[in-house]
Amino acid sequence: MKKKTVLRRKSDGYLRLGLAITGILTALILVGCFWTPYDPNALSSGAPFTPPCLSHLFGTDHFGRDIFSRVLKGGGTTLLVAVSTVAIGGIAGTLIGALTGYFGGIVDEGLMRLNDAMTAFPSILLALVLISLLGYGKSNLILALGLVFIPSFARVSRGAFASCRDKNYIQSARLMGASPGRILLVHILPNTAPVLLPAVTIGFNNAVLAEASMSYLSIGVQPPDASLGYMLSESQGYLASAPWYALCTGGFIVLLILGVGLIGEGLQRRQRESGSRR
Amino acid sequence: MLEVRDLHVKFHSRQRQAVGGVSFSIADGEILGLVGESGSGKSVTALTVAGLLDREKAECSGSVLLDGVDLLKLQEPELRQLRGKRIGVVFQEPQTCMDPLMKVGRQVEEALAIHTNTSREERRRLAIQALTDVELPDPETVYDKYPHELSGGQLQRAMIAAAILTRPALLLLDEPTTALDVTVQAQILELLKKLNREHGISMLFISHNLYVVKKLCRRVAVMQRGLLVEEGDTQEVFYHPQHPYTQRLIAAIPTRQRPKP
Amino acid sequence: MKQALKKLGAFLLTMVIVSFVTFLAFQLIPGDPVTHMLGTSYTPERADALREQLGLKGPLLVRYWDWLRGFVTGAMGTSYSYNLPVSQLVGEKVGNTLALNALTFVLIVALSLPIGLFTVRRHGGAADRCLTVVNQVIMAVPPFFTGILFTWLFSVVLSWLPGKFIEFSEDPVGYWQCLFFPALALALPRIAMTVRMLRSTLLEELHRDYVRTAISRGNDSRAALYRHALKNALPPVVTFLAQTMAEIVASSIVVEQVFSIPGLGRLLLASINSSDWPVVQAIVVLLALWVMLAGTVADLINQRIDPRLRLGGAK
Repeated sequence: MKKKTVLRRKSDGYLRLGLAITGILTALILVGCFWTPYDPNALSSGAPFTPPCLSHLFGTDHFGRDIFSRVLKGGGTTLLVAVSTVAIGGIAGTLIGALTGYFGGIVDEGLMRLNDAMTAFPSILLALVLISLLGYGKSNLILALGLVFIPSFARVSRGAFASCRDKNYIQSARLMGASPGRILLVHILPNTAPVLLPAVTIGFNNAVLAEASMSYLSIGVQPPDASLGYMLSESQGYLASAPWYALCTGGFIVLLILGVGLIGEGLQRRQRESGSRR
Repeated sequence: MLEVRDLHVKFHSRQRQAVGGVSFSIADGEILGLVGESGSGKSVTALTVAGLLDREKAECSGSVLLDGVDLLKLQEPELRQLRGKRIGVVFQEPQTCMDPLMKVGRQVEEALAIHTNTSREERRRLAIQALTDVELPDPETVYDKYPHELSGGQLQRAMIAAAILTRPALLLLDEPTTALDVTVQAQILELLKKLNREHGISMLFISHNLYVVKKLCRRVAVMQRGLLVEEGDTQEVFYHPQHPYTQRLIAAIPTRQRPKP
Repeated sequence: MKQALKKLGAFLLTMVIVSFVTFLAFQLIPGDPVTHMLGTSYTPERADALREQLGLKGPLLVRYWDWLRGFVTGAMGTSYSYNLPVSQLVGEKVGNTLALNALTFVLIVALSLPIGLFTVRRHGGAADRCLTVVNQVIMAVPPFFTGILFTWLFSVVLSWLPGKFIEFSEDPVGYWQCLFFPALALALPRIAMTVRMLRSTLLEELHRDYVRTAISRGNDSRAALYRHALKNALPPVVTFLAQTMAEIVASSIVVEQVFSIPGLGRLLLASINSSDWPVVQAIVVLLALWVMLAGTVADLINQRIDPRLRLGGAK
């Protein structure tokens, strides 16, 4: 299997730990889609404000709802939003970056100016504006965040494609009569992976952060959809009586970001190492 | 003046010794050429002599005597006293060897600033004098330029000026002309000859180019795979090479420059 | 000088694009604010008069021009829901947000530079490796969660923090104390990122040829680091810090909510919730202006550091 040989290097500790954390969390969330210890919305699964114990791993909230079950559900929402956002932003951004980077010219210039202007808006601010135009809710949140993430992906992939454009092997592929589409897809895209993959992990984390922030501000995912950010804002009212509510919910977000962050760091280290070995 | 005896250098990361028992000496005012292909250990030898080898990464044995003092036995602070003051070094690519954000003049006079208590004006005067010595036109302007505003040849002259400013006993030249155009290369060689003649600085000149070495050095040593395979009078080595490796090196010189036997 | 003017020109041009895009976006919003504002007292004549007053009539470009001129001179229009000048609403809050962002920025610079230099000087040692791991973890904690942790730890458990926000006019010392923990929460992940960035650029610079030259002239490793490598490592870090400014602005919208700081972020959220578009529009453009200003200043600083970036200098 490819993964095995790939993970044997000494410095792959980051990658291994990251994959382990992300793997476990994803598995938990996937299980949570079909089965949770308690009904996440059922009131009085236990007594209100039960501290973490064996029957309620993360304790219960002010309504006696099981926090662990709710975290799994909310984590599912967060994961869905983050993955869809990265998919939209990543695919559209890579496509735009590939075309402008490879062909260059006036369209490239224009799009890059627009890109510069877009970076003047902090990402969450832009998402806030978009969602206030589109309306609240999960699907609008995905759309807004996806749109916001296009420029950063476009920038990264433009650089990667532009630097590959003049390499010898591309020139020879062109001489052999390969079509631009084939060159972009078959010859360049695989070679941009070392640059694009870390960008995807960074984008994913930004998406998790943005989703949690916006739901925390109650303009993202709306109840009854469970959401980690919304749970955090709720938990803030009970910091004195049920600190575990905030700690467990926030801890889950931290682990989710940490896992993917470690994968990204591992990938970058790997690339640096193979770069210095050359 | 400089005497290297049975020098061994081994990097921890490599199996083979980079330098496997090399001995040579340089007399006062002499220029010794050290020739060999890349990876032959000539640059490592030079770095060891300059005390620039990272001691955590490599192990050295033998001795490097500069005026009777064994450099290999010195501690870092004592070595630092020698660097830039008694030993000057000029490296291969002047563009990357100059700090891009510091004015050329400030870099030329840096060794003075470190090793002496001269005032800023005095240092400036001496630096401009050194820039004149290396025949840079308009040295006062050059002093206030940044490295990116000068050409490779000009920069290499400035590097030489920086290295000789403190009147070192020994000048180490690690492929100083390799990155330059052929015409500039010839000028730099002339300059080195002149400096050697006028100031009596001993030099260790390292190059992979036998032809260049022949123009500058009276004595030459040939290195191959960490070992000294031949040493002697340049003319002698050129016209009657003993070692097969030297013979091959000479055969590799383009015919128009090759010495006629 | 010429460079600075050019930069200023580019800055103004981008600003015009940014403001126009924002303006355009809010023109596309469905629904008529006038109907909403007049409520039951709606008559076509009154609506028309109100439209005239709010600058909602005329062709798009004319309206944009009026709005831009107003924005520059401080007349940013009228809030739909408060019926107050936008400039007044924004003016009351902008100080708090700027103070919070500035304090955050100071914390980032003041802490990440020494820590970054420390990790480089101890490169490969136990302290360095420890800090690298700690950095990874800190980077993963969202500022608003750090904020919640801080409020829990410092006001619930230790009860160090005052229960409510203290205005600057009431008590200047208390004001900065109030802002300290929000600023620290905002700064922490950014400090971790800056340290990581500074460390990797510095280590890269330390392997360059000019550092070896510096050593060969008798510099010790300390002098080679401070006199040579550090300056060369700065420009990318300065650019990174400017980009950080955008992230601080974004995160501060959320963190203001966590700590109940009456700043632009809270006003923005309230205005979005009540569809008060003139206020939203003004805040968005203001924050973008702030971010772009940071970027322009960073460019100018980098030109001072690196002579190769000054185009006018070389022949």
